[in-house]
Amino acid sequence: MERPIIKTDHLTFSYHTDGEATPPVLTDVSLEIADGSFVAVLGHNGSGKSTLAKHMNAILLPTGGKVYVDGLDTSNEDLLLDVRRTVGMVFQNPDNQIVANVVEEDVAFAPENLGIPSAEIRQRVDEALAAVGMSEFATHAPHLLSGGQKQRVAIAGVIAMRPRCIVLDEPTAMLDPVGRAEVMRTIKTLNRKSGVTVVLITHHMDEAAQADRLIVMAGGHVVADGTPKTVFSDVEGLRNVGLTVPDTVELLYELRQDGLDLPLDALTDDECANALYKLLA
Amino acid sequence: METILQLEHLSHIYSAGTPFEHSALVDVDFSIYRGEYLGIIGRTGSGKSTLIQHFNGLLKPTSGRVLFEGKDIWETKERTRATRFRVGLVFQYPEYQLFEETVYRDISFGPRNMGLDDTEVDRRTRDAAAFVGLPDAVLQKSPFELSGGQKRRVAIAGVIAMGPSVLVLDEPTAGLDPVGVESILSNIRDYHQAKNATIILVSHSMEEVARTVDRLVVVSDGHIPFTGTPREVFSHGAELENLGLGLPQMTRVFHRLRALGVDIDPSVYTIAQARAAILAKLGKGAV
Amino acid sequence: MALRDITLGQYFPGHTIVHRLDPRTKLLFTILFIVALFLCKTIVSYAIVAAVLAISILLSRIKPATILRGMKPVMLIIVITAMLNILYTTGEGTPLFQLWIFRIYPEGFLTAFYMILRIMLLITCTFLLTYTTSPILLTDGLELLLSPLKKLHAPIHELSMMMSIALRFIPTLIEETDKIMSAQKARGADFETGNLFQKARALVPLLVPLFISAFRRADELAIAMECRCYHGGEGRTRLRQLRYTTADYWVLAAGLALCVLIGVLRHFGW
Repeated sequence: MERPIIKTDHLTFSYHTDGEATPPVLTDVSLEIADGSFVAVLGHNGSGKSTLAKHMNAILLPTGGKVYVDGLDTSNEDLLLDVRRTVGMVFQNPDNQIVANVVEEDVAFAPENLGIPSAEIRQRVDEALAAVGMSEFATHAPHLLSGGQKQRVAIAGVIAMRPRCIVLDEPTAMLDPVGRAEVMRTIKTLNRKSGVTVVLITHHMDEAAQADRLIVMAGGHVVADGTPKTVFSDVEGLRNVGLTVPDTVELLYELRQDGLDLPLDALTDDECANALYKLLA
Repeated sequence: METILQLEHLSHIYSAGTPFEHSALVDVDFSIYRGEYLGIIGRTGSGKSTLIQHFNGLLKPTSGRVLFEGKDIWETKERTRATRFRVGLVFQYPEYQLFEETVYRDISFGPRNMGLDDTEVDRRTRDAAAFVGLPDAVLQKSPFELSGGQKRRVAIAGVIAMGPSVLVLDEPTAGLDPVGVESILSNIRDYHQAKNATIILVSHSMEEVARTVDRLVVVSDGHIPFTGTPREVFSHGAELENLGLGLPQMTRVFHRLRALGVDIDPSVYTIAQARAAILAKLGKGAV
Repeated sequence: MALRDITLGQYFPGHTIVHRLDPRTKLLFTILFIVALFLCKTIVSYAIVAAVLAISILLSRIKPATILRGMKPVMLIIVITAMLNILYTTGEGTPLFQLWIFRIYPEGFLTAFYMILRIMLLITCTFLLTYTTSPILLTDGLELLLSPLKKLHAPIHELSMMMSIALRFIPTLIEETDKIMSAQKARGADFETGNLFQKARALVPLLVPLFISAFRRADELAIAMECRCYHGGEGRTRLRQLRYTTADYWVLAAGLALCVLIGVLRHFGW
């Protein structure tokens, strides 16, 4: 196997207050994220999923174990900029990550920090805006955009660094369904077309269902890891950690309880309809 | 059914007479009934936030009237102010409006503004805290020490403490995980049942409104294209999708089933209904 | 008037000649304009200065109504200044009339008139600057103009970054203030009535959440900036490299000419 883009090796983390360690937020998390994959991390609030995300580009440093980004140890301060330009980060509230008053100037922020020549910044900004479908808004003021548009600008601001991986920490939590769909479409295109590794932190089942791989966090541990179909088939297991399954799986699960022979791994409308069709026809 | 709130030809124009002028609501006309659980759905920017701020007189109609229990809420200053307490409005992300030193004082802010005596303020504060499931131990804590979900409960309690007969909540479950969503929705249901209060739930989640409300109002572009029971509203599938509003997932699955040639009524919108429909189709009947 | 109507410090994107000028040119021209304005003595000079400003506004295609609306928040200050001028200016001739302990002279009205004219022109020209220049360019321009001071270890980059972020968050915080006010009003908070003390106390439910939110935003923004490799001004490049064009030289020349003209007029008592 190729070198994983992100590797956590027995990662443990607890916040220190007044010199005293509080109970660990993450305990012994060992994961490898393959280059080019689309991974969703699902968990209830306080499960440690955001803390995990913050370790992926050295916003937080492990209190135990190691995190490697493309083989680089994140705790090595000399490598900080290399780590951050390899793994970009998008946060929940788009308002609090947009620095500039004009869309294109905001997208240029990271390349400017990296000391890239002006002509190339221009090129990167144009490409990044095109990649998220926001080219026509290049000279608009960000505060007048919709939530979904703002979040796409934030994504463009990260991909202008040309990172190999993007970590998105609940990027759709503050958006309406249309905004959520816009962002999900953008993320998937980036992954499929440009081969950018995507790590999506979320508590929306339907978003997690769209990934190639699904990691479930609870109490600072990884409690499930596999394809969305296998993970969501464990309806009881997910309920035990305060999560639900997509409505389609829930329906099939309940019908199975009624003694019907149905598969559980139907994540899309079509898959669910087809499963029911086979039963009814 | 007794009407509690009535909107008559309500229009609202922002920044009138400036280059930013735009009509947020155009000739909106509908009634809300005492004790009903009403859902309002619409996209961001559809005018739904503007609409609900007319219910308690935070915004003044550019034209048209708002009647509470048959009386124009803008008739006198006193009436406008009194309406604020009768129609409680919980804004989106209400936890960001907490400001007091203790949870108790924050919840009691509304009742104190009503000019009630201390014992009544105390009774209402404790009542409201109980409604949202806040234990006594939390009352003397600073609201800023609490978790996000608990902060939201405190904020909702702060509105419930005024004892409103109409409780309006703007996306009360936004950003919460499934457990948090369920518990907030059940708190609201409890208030609805215990006080026979009118509940108005603003949401953009079709699944959420589908399983909670009795009646739905769709807001789009400052107009109300559809109102009715969820079943009636969801029967306008294609039109809703054109307005940027989806259908509940169960409804979508049943539409697909029909497209596959199964003769089944597609007007289901909850998992329970879907399950019953499938079982009925198989001749088993709901268990 | 709702808070959201405030346009102070706002930028209206455009592609006019005024928008495209180098920000340094606009900053220097604004300074020259203000100097000229303060050299004005008579209506003739004021008319010339006002005409220059009017032409600039025309070229920028900013609607005069927008500027007038932006003026609203400062109207009160203007009126008070004018009143004080009318009340306190003493003239040489006989007073027009007596108002309580004040003697009102015709000169008072004249001074007040010039004062209003001066403040309005001053505000309008700074509005034109911010309306037509993106805050980032403005701070870039300021940073470059002041960059000689970096040699003296003055934190010029940090200051200009702070300024541009402050400008970026003004609309966001105004919106937030509006929202929190509505939310507290929904709980019966009263921001309008009562004496000064009561009004100040009524602001607590507004200011506490606003400060907490501003700190939270600052915190999140700092992390987001670090994630985008921000590490101070060292080695930073720019999307837009500022370069003077022929138009810039003409505008600067015009600004200088204006100053000289008004100075000469003043010298000859105009």
